Amino acid sequence: MATIAQPLPRARTAGHTRRFLGRLFREKPLGAIGGVVFLAFLFCGIFADLLAPYGVNQINPINRLKPPSWAFPFGTDNLGRDMLSRCLYGAQLSVIIGFCAAGLATLISVLLGIVTGYLGGKIDLIAQRFVDAWQSFPDLIVLIVVVSVVGPGMPQIIVTLGLLLGIAGSRIIRSAVVSVRENMYVHAAQSIGASTPRILWRHILPNVLPPIIVLFTTRVGVVILIESALSFLGLGVPPPAPTWGGMLSGSGRSYMFQGPWLALAPGLCLTIVVYATNMFGDALRDLFDPRMRGSR
Amino acid sequence: MQAYIARRLLALIPTLFFASLIVFVTVRLIPGNVIDLMLSQNDISADKFSRDQLIAALGLDKPMWEQYGRWAGGILLHGDFGRSLWQNTPVAELLAARLPVTFQLGLMALIVALTVAIPIGAYSAMRQDTTGDYVGRSFSILMLAVPSFWMGTMVMVFPSIWWGWSPEVKYLAFHQDPVHNLKMMILPAIILGTSLSAVTMRLTRTMMLEVLRQDYIRTAWAKGLSEQRIVSRHALRNALIPVVTLIGLQAPLLIGGAVIMEQIFVIPGMGLLLLDAVYQRDYPIITGVFLIVGVAVMVINLLVDLSYGLLDPKVRYR
Repeated sequence: MATIAQPLPRARTAGHTRRFLGRLFREKPLGAIGGVVFLAFLFCGIFADLLAPYGVNQINPINRLKPPSWAFPFGTDNLGRDMLSRCLYGAQLSVIIGFCAAGLATLISVLLGIVTGYLGGKIDLIAQRFVDAWQSFPDLIVLIVVVSVVGPGMPQIIVTLGLLLGIAGSRIIRSAVVSVRENMYVHAAQSIGASTPRILWRHILPNVLPPIIVLFTTRVGVVILIESALSFLGLGVPPPAPTWGGMLSGSGRSYMFQGPWLALAPGLCLTIVVYATNMFGDALRDLFDPRMRGSR
Repeated sequence: MQAYIARRLLALIPTLFFASLIVFVTVRLIPGNVIDLMLSQNDISADKFSRDQLIAALGLDKPMWEQYGRWAGGILLHGDFGRSLWQNTPVAELLAARLPVTFQLGLMALIVALTVAIPIGAYSAMRQDTTGDYVGRSFSILMLAVPSFWMGTMVMVFPSIWWGWSPEVKYLAFHQDPVHNLKMMILPAIILGTSLSAVTMRLTRTMMLEVLRQDYIRTAWAKGLSEQRIVSRHALRNALIPVVTLIGLQAPLLIGGAVIMEQIFVIPGMGLLLLDAVYQRDYPIITGVFLIVGVAVMVINLLVDLSYGLLDPKVRYR
C-alpha cells in the first residue's frame, strides 16, 4: 500500500505526457490545433492587461466608429473604445467564468456521480429522478429565472452554471463509476476491509479521471456559450464589463449598421474559442477512450 | 405496449414533483430586499400594492409547505397560475396565448434541423473519409460553435447594409396571415435549426456507419438492390431510432434557443414573455413560464419514449 501511495516518479509522468502529446498531434491534428487555440485563449485571458493596447473603457470621442486599421485592428465602437482591447478583456471574463463554472460543475459532477454510482440503491434512484427533473429545464431559462431573483453578476452566474451543468454531468461520471465499480481490484479492496471513502478516493477516482478531464474541457466551451447568450440578453455580467455576448447586444446593436465590424469581432472570438474547445475536447475523448467516440 | 406506457407515465410523477419543487424553491429564494426593489422599480407601490399586499400576492406570508400546497394545488385543480402583478391578467391566459407561437417556432426549427442533418449525416456515412464527409462533418462542428444570437445579429445587420433588406418585425399569427407569418418565422427557424442540426448530423452519421456494417445490409447488397433503396428502406430506418431520442434530449436546447430568437426577431412567444417579465420582475409570470417550459420538455420526452416503443419492437416487449 505504501508504495501505491507515493506519487509517480517525475521522469515517468513527464514521459507519459510527452507520449500523449505526440499521439494528440499525430492522430488528431485538428484537436491539437484546438488545444493550441485553447491555450492561446487562456494566455490572452490571463495577460489581457498587458496585451491590450488601450484601456478597456478608455473613451476616445475623436475616434468614434473607426473601421479596422493598424491603430485599431478590430475598429472602434460608438464611444471610440478600441474593440481589440475590449475583445481581449472579454477573453479575460470568459476565462474566469469558463474555468470557475466548469471547475465547479466538474467538482459537483464528480461528487454526485461517484457517490450515486458507487452506492447505488435507493439514494441513487431518488437522485436520478431529481436529475431527470433538473434536466427538463433549459440551462438558459434557469439562468434567466435565477438572475431575475438574485440580480445579474459574475458570482451568481458561476454558481448557477456550476450547479446546472454539474448536476447534468453527474450522469456521465456515474456511468463511468458503475462500470469501474465491478472491477476485480475494487472487490479486492472491499474484501480486505478498505473503507468506502478510501475505495472511492484511491480506486474509483483515478480510474474515472479521463471522463472527468473530457467533461471539464467540453464544459468550458458550453459555459462560455451560455454566458455570452445571457449577456446578449442583457442579464449577464452588467455593462460596461466587456463580455463578448454583451458587445453584440444592446446599445452596440444600433451602431452596427454604421460600423458592421462591431458585429464581427466578438462573434468571431466566441466562435473560434468554442470551436477550438470542442475540437480539443473531442480529441481528448477519442484518445482516452475509443469507446466513447461519437457520444456526447 | 400498455404496460410500457403505464410504467413510463408512472415514472413521470416523481419527476414532475421534483420539477415543481425546483421551480418553487428557485423563485421562493427571493430575499426581502428584492421585494423593495420590485416596489421601487415597478412604481406599483404608489397606487396598487403596499409592501404587505405584495408579499401576500406572492404568497410569501404563509409557511413554506402551505405556500407550495396552495401553488401546486391551484395549478393542478384549477389551472390557476396566479395573476400578473403588472397587467393583472391571469398568467394562464398569457401562457395560453404565447405557447403556440413558441411551439410553431420550435417545430419549424426542428423540421429545418432534421432536413439538414439527416441527408448530410447519411451521406457522410455512406462516403466515409471522402472530402464530402470531411466537409459535412466540419460544417456540423462549426455550426455547434457559432452562437445562434450572433447569427441572428448578423442576419439583422448585413443584409440591411448591403441590400437594404431587413426582416419583418410586425408579428401576425399563422391563422391571420400565413404568408406573412411564415416569412417572419422562417429566418429564426433556419438559424435555430442549423445550430441544432450539428449533433443530430453526427449521431445520424455514427448510427449509419454502424448499421451499414450489419449483415442484413450485406444481404441487401447481395440481392442486388440499388444503393438508394438500401439506404432508404434498410439502413436509414434503423439508424434513425436513436435520432428520435436525441430530439427529446434537444428539447431544452430548442426552447432555450427560441428565447434568444424571439428576442432578436421580436416574436411574441414564451421567451419574450419571460424576458419582459424578468425586466419587470413579474414573478407569477416567471414562475408560470418556468414550470410550463419544464413540463413541455417532459411531455416531449414522454412522446419520444412512446414513439420509441412504436418504432422499435424490442422496446415494446421489454
